[in-house]
Parts: sequence; C-alpha cells; structure tokens
Amino acid sequence: MLISLSDINKVFNQGKHNEFHAIRDISLHIEAGKVTCLKGSSGSGKTTLLSMIGCLSRPTSGRITLENKILSGLPERFLTDIRRHTFGFIFQKFNLLQGLSVLENVMLPAYPLGLNHKDLKASAQKLISHFGLDRVMNNPVEWLSGGESQRVAICRALINDPQILIADEPTANLDTRLSQEFMGLLDELRKTGKTILITSHDPIVFNSPVVDRIVEMQDGQIMES
Amino acid sequence: MIEFFRKQAYLIDFTMSSLLRRKGKNFGLLLVYTLIVFMLASVMLFSHSLRKEAGIILQQSPEIIVQRLVAGRHALIPAEYIQKMGRLRGVTSKKGRLWGYFYNPVVKANYTVMAPDHLDLSTTEVIIGAGIARTIGLGIGDYFTMRSNNDTFSFQVKDIIERNSELVTTDLVLISPKAYRVITGIPEGQFTDIVLSVRNPREVRKVAEKLVQKLPDIRPVLREEILRTYDSIFAWRQGIVFVLLIGALLAFVIFAWDKASGLSAEEKREIGILKAVGWESADILHMKFWEGIIISLSAFMLGYLAAYLHVFYSSAVLFESVLKGWATLYPQFKLVPFIDGLQIATLFFFTIFPYVVATIIPIWKASVTDPDAIMR
Amino acid sequence: MFPVIRKSAFVLIFFLTGTLLMMLTVIDAMTKQSSTRDSLNQRAMLVKEFGLSDLALSTEARYTRHLTLADRHSAFQDHPTSFDHFPSGSIFLPPSQLTHD
Repeated sequence: MLISLSDINKVFNQGKHNEFHAIRDISLHIEAGKVTCLKGSSGSGKTTLLSMIGCLSRPTSGRITLENKILSGLPERFLTDIRRHTFGFIFQKFNLLQGLSVLENVMLPAYPLGLNHKDLKASAQKLISHFGLDRVMNNPVEWLSGGESQRVAICRALINDPQILIADEPTANLDTRLSQEFMGLLDELRKTGKTILITSHDPIVFNSPVVDRIVEMQDGQIMES
Repeated sequence: MIEFFRKQAYLIDFTMSSLLRRKGKNFGLLLVYTLIVFMLASVMLFSHSLRKEAGIILQQSPEIIVQRLVAGRHALIPAEYIQKMGRLRGVTSKKGRLWGYFYNPVVKANYTVMAPDHLDLSTTEVIIGAGIARTIGLGIGDYFTMRSNNDTFSFQVKDIIERNSELVTTDLVLISPKAYRVITGIPEGQFTDIVLSVRNPREVRKVAEKLVQKLPDIRPVLREEILRTYDSIFAWRQGIVFVLLIGALLAFVIFAWDKASGLSAEEKREIGILKAVGWESADILHMKFWEGIIISLSAFMLGYLAAYLHVFYSSAVLFESVLKGWATLYPQFKLVPFIDGLQIATLFFFTIFPYVVATIIPIWKASVTDPDAIMR
Repeated sequence: MFPVIRKSAFVLIFFLTGTLLMMLTVIDAMTKQSSTRDSLNQRAMLVKEFGLSDLALSTEARYTRHLTLADRHSAFQDHPTSFDHFPSGSIFLPPSQLTHD
C-alpha cells in the first residue's frame, strides 16, 4: 500500500453562501505498481481528489499518508518538494508552455533542482527519443500534433523520475487511435514499476486491460462496486 | 551552493526563452528604455565634463574684471579710473582692455573682437579663431573684412588660433588696439573694462569691496564668481531636463507596471503550470527578478556606453544644436572625459531598481495562487 | 533557431562584456585625462593670456557668449528663472553674482 486516504473532506468557499462540499468522507488505499482509475462524470470530485493526492491542494479535513508519511498538514515548501520528487503530472489540456521548445518543456520541472545541465539535458533527450520525438525536439510545442503534445506531456511528467504518475482526463483531447496508443504507453510505464493514477470518464480508459482497479465516484463519494 | 548557481542559470534560461517569445515587444521595450538611459547619461557626462574643464581652464581667468555701469548697462570705462583706484593692497597689476562684439550679417555670425596690446600686430593684420576660419573658409594670408559705420576695413590673416583651444577661442578676432579704435570709434583713453591681478586670493573680496566704495558706478566680477557660474552652468536647466527625463523614466516604469499587473490569463496560466510541475513561489519570483535585471541592466549598459561614445567620440552632436541655438559659429572640441561615479551610480539605481520592482510586485500575488488552479 | 551556447551563458557573457566595456570607459577617461593634459594647459594659458572669462559654446547673444560679464538688464536676467528667447539662453544659468545677491 502506497497511498492511503482516511476520512477526506474538501469544502470550497467554506462558510460563504456558495459553500460547496466537493469530497465527502472518502477513505481509499492505492497500491504501488498498479494502474488505478477514478471513474466518474464531471463534477463527481475525481479531479479534486486527484489534486489532493498529488499534493497540489490540501484536504479540509482527513489524513493522507504516502508510505506512512503524513502529507496533510505539511507546509507548502515541503509539499512542493515531495510533489516534484514523487509525482509526475499529465494534465487534461497537456498544459505545455507555448513558445518554448519540446526539450525545454520537458526539462522544466527539473529547473528548480539545480542539476548539472549536461546530465539533465541528456536524460531529457533520452526520454524524448524513447517516445519517438527526436525529430521535433527543438521545435516549439505549438507546432506539435495532439498525439505528440501528449507524449511531450508524458516526458515532462517523467523527467524527475517520479514514483507515481498522475493523469487527469488524459484522453479527453485525443481520438480513439491516439487514446489507445496512450494506454499502450501507460502499460509500458506500469511495467517499469510506476504507480499510475488516472481520472477518466472515457470507456477506452476504464475498459482497458491496462487498468488494474476502477474506483467509481459520484457527488464526492465513492460508489461501492 | 553550486545548486544555487545552477538553479539561477536555469531560471535565466527560462526567462530568456520566455522573453524571446515576444521578440518584437521586448526588443522595442529595451530600445525605448536604452534611449532614455542614453539621454540621461549623455546629459550627465557632457555637463560634468564641461564643468570640470571650465573649472580647470577658467582658473586662469583674471582675478577681478572691473566694469563700469551707466544706467544699468555695461559702458566704456575711462582710463582715469585706473588712477582713481589708487594703490590697493595686494593688487599686482591693473590693465585696461579693449574688446567687444562684431556681427557679420553675411554669415550671420557673432565674433568676439579683442585688441590685446602685447601681440605685436600691425594695423592690417588679424588673428582669427578656428571657428571663424572654418565657417567663412579663410586661411593664413587671406583677407578678413569688417564693416563699420561707413567704411570697410580689410585685414590679412596672420595666424589662426590653435584648433584644440576652440572651446574658448573659436569666435575670437584679435587685432591691434589702434585698428580697433578706428573701426569702433572708441576714443583714446577709454577701455571696455579693467582687469586686476591680485596675488593673494584671500584678499580679492576685500579689494572688490574697496573698489566699490571708491567708485560706486563700477561692478567688479570676481574669478570665484566666474568659476561658480560655470560650476553650476547647466544646473537648473539640467535639472529641468532631468525632471523631464525622470518623468519619462517613471512613465516607462508605470507602463511596465501596468503591463505586468494586468497579468493576462495566458501568463497566469503559465504561472499555474510552473507551480503544478513543481516550481515554488520563490522560484517564480526569482525568475521574474532575472527578467527585470536582464531588461534594465541591458538598457543601463547599452545606454551608458552609447552615451559615452556620443559625448566623447562624436563631440556630443545631439547637444550641438541646443547650445548653438541661432548662432552659426560653434566650436569643434573634444571634451576631456571626466566621469562622476556618484552620478553614474545614481543613474544605475534609478534604472534598475524601479524596473525590477515593477516586474516583480505584480507577480507576487499570482505566484502564491494554489498550484491546483490549473486543474480546475 | 537555437543558439549554440546556453541562453544563460549568453546572458552572462553579455553582462560581463558590458561590465568590461564600462570599466574600459573609465580607463579611457583616465588615459585621455593624462594624454590631453598639454592641450588643457594650452587652453588655460590662452585664457590667462587674453584674460578670457567664458566658454565659447553659444555665440548667439552677448550674454550667452560672455555669461559671467552679462549686464544685469540683459533679457536673460529679467528674472533668474525666466526662460530666455535665445535657445541657448534657456539652458544656461545666469551668472552667480546675479543670482546670489
């Protein structure tokens, strides 16, 4: 067991008239080396849950532990540190920085670590060629196709060699063929021992044999299956 | 420690990439900023060097120049005044001078005509300043003419005053006293003014006071006043120019502030992405700090270097027309470069600091947004 | 499209060059100060010889050519802070003896 959540609640705009209870009393265990999919319609709270697991935000109440370390309650600086060493993120809209080259985008998460430039560049290039992007390595990202952008986003998520990959609706902007290709890449990553967490309401994802476990969510709660 | 420097290098890499994305806008910005610094630095270097130079060479001016005032205007002073002054303690010599102005309507130039008596010039010879020689195209041996009321007088150019002293002699015309009196009609026994030499500089004020007591219609001009005048020669107008330029600088900073504080959705999104992929707020502020430094320090360096070349290698061509005004004579001179470290340091501070602050502050708020904003 | 050297290295080289050139201007100023000492002295000697009192920068009007010997009632001294109608008169300060008493 890698990550464990107990009695997690998340309330937005607490105390105001537009108070919104996004997550209610969720307890969940996520195993290492598996692909877990949070399934649910939009507004079900899966993205909110994912961002709390990935240390992007904090629960209103409840406890999150990562390999027995308690994450909830750590100050921002420590969270950032854990985040960049433990988690790699793939966002729904890829969120690549326009105007920068593929190589720069991939290296970006490692900048604050102050690594040796040659080493960092070499490992970024290795990742990029592993995902078949050599040809576009020095092109600005806005020249890329959807599939290429997706692969760049994966490279960027992997640059700090994280244990856990988090993907929020990764196939939302891809067609069927590219979505299947993406699942193939995930399978490959799983085989290298990465733990993968995906949110999706795309059947290609949650019906895929790559996914080990499906957690279905509705209205901020887990539906028992 | 090495991590720190490497990290800064990465942040600079990123800043440069992000600046280069809007090449036109950022180079335009740099150009305008450089231009402002260039103007400020040029004024600073030019006026400081000119002031220094004046302070050195005018140190040799007469200790006291005595003018006579009639109805509030400078008038000729009779030679008897020299006797009337009597013996003054500390005064080593008293000498009447003949000089005045001459306007040449053909070339629309004002000359300063002097008739020194120590020069052994015959009545038909003239020595002219290099500016005059250049403007009307005269060489040694050529003829130089001056018109008086009803006559035209011709002089042969005996010599041209050395070019490297143009700053003080460009418009000088030196002729013999005899010829000067004929042309101008100043009678024998009248002078333009009287110069006194005083051995001990501390006695100068005392001598001037005594002079005014003895001869109430005179006005003594002291060397220290000359020096003080040139020490503050551009002071107030330089101040006005500075106020205007500082105004321009501030307007520029406000513009930069405005641009930066109205962070576009695009920029906010980028900060969100950076935070989400593991940058801290401090990293983003550092990165913005470098952005401010790169633009403002470049503007400072380029502006200062261009100003140095402009003032000392192109004889401050841009100021020429301002100083020249409606005149046609202007000295060709190469200023001796004197640099005032304090002025440059002030300029440095006012170029870098406000700009860097203006780039960082607006980012402050954006950089502390929650990193999960990007996922919502 | 991409420079051979790293962007941060370029920035560093650029600023080092700038600093170096700025130091060079100081050295240039100092060498010029010593190499032009003779001509500076020459000017000073001419000032002494003819009893000159002013710089010949603006020859357009009596009171800008000989700032320090200007009449109190020349246009320029109507008021020490008034602008003059001669262009150069508007950038020079009136002589100190007029502004001090």
